[in-house]
Amino acid sequence: MADDLVLELPSDVRSIEHVVDYVMSACDTCSCDARRMRLNFRVGLTEALSNAMMYGNGDDPTKRVRVEVTIKGTRIEARITDQGVGFDPGSVPDPTSPDNLLKSGGRGLFLMRQLCDEVSFNDQGNQVTLVLCLEQGVPLEGGAQA
Amino acid sequence: MGFQVSQSGGVTLVEVEGQLIVGNRQELKQRVLEQLEGGDRKFVIDFSSTGYIDSSGLGVLVSLSKKIREQGGELRLSSLNEDLRTLFELTKLDTLFRITDTKEEALDGF
Repeated sequence: MADDLVLELPSDVRSIEHVVDYVMSACDTCSCDARRMRLNFRVGLTEALSNAMMYGNGDDPTKRVRVEVTIKGTRIEARITDQGVGFDPGSVPDPTSPDNLLKSGGRGLFLMRQLCDEVSFNDQGNQVTLVLCLEQGVPLEGGAQA
Repeated sequence: MGFQVSQSGGVTLVEVEGQLIVGNRQELKQRVLEQLEGGDRKFVIDFSSTGYIDSSGLGVLVSLSKKIREQGGELRLSSLNEDLRTLFELTKLDTLFRITDTKEEALDGF
């Protein structure tokens, strides 16, 4: 199936809430697994957008973030690409270790990894792909609407 | 979406309406720090009207807790819904804060 939903966004963190609401609304046929959509997918997408805008694009409003959401059966995939130089996802420390627990940052990627079934990056490190596998045997009806 | 600040028995109560996310975290930080600079030391942040906290919001809570503790005070959290509790448990921040089921419980015990 081709990409169901594609968005190009300016780097403005104030828009994240609205963008996530829009994507969630477009995927509302996924209600077969409501909590995983509401918590896991929502958190994953929010954190990915936040990272892309703040760290990837450095809050530069002239740089854009591309969001592609695809639904295949019970699998929902979101790919977020920024225009930054990329980073090494392996270099991000565990925020739950005692040394890092009192730090104010560093939890976004951790939450993505905890809540999504798959999290992968391109070689450059400026594109993250999140995959959430919803309840087996309950295929999504229709799909996201652009 | 906003923050309601009130006083109750010597405790500063901040009620978060809507979400605590990257777009409004600085407002919460500023509101609480103003109270801290004004001499308040006991804080409860209530989330009974909050649907979601992102990692930036969690980070602000950690930062505020540190600053309040440095001044000899305490920050308690109340009324986290099931999803929010999950986020605190995953990040182990439930070990950092005293979290109560209701704001009344947080206020009564202070």
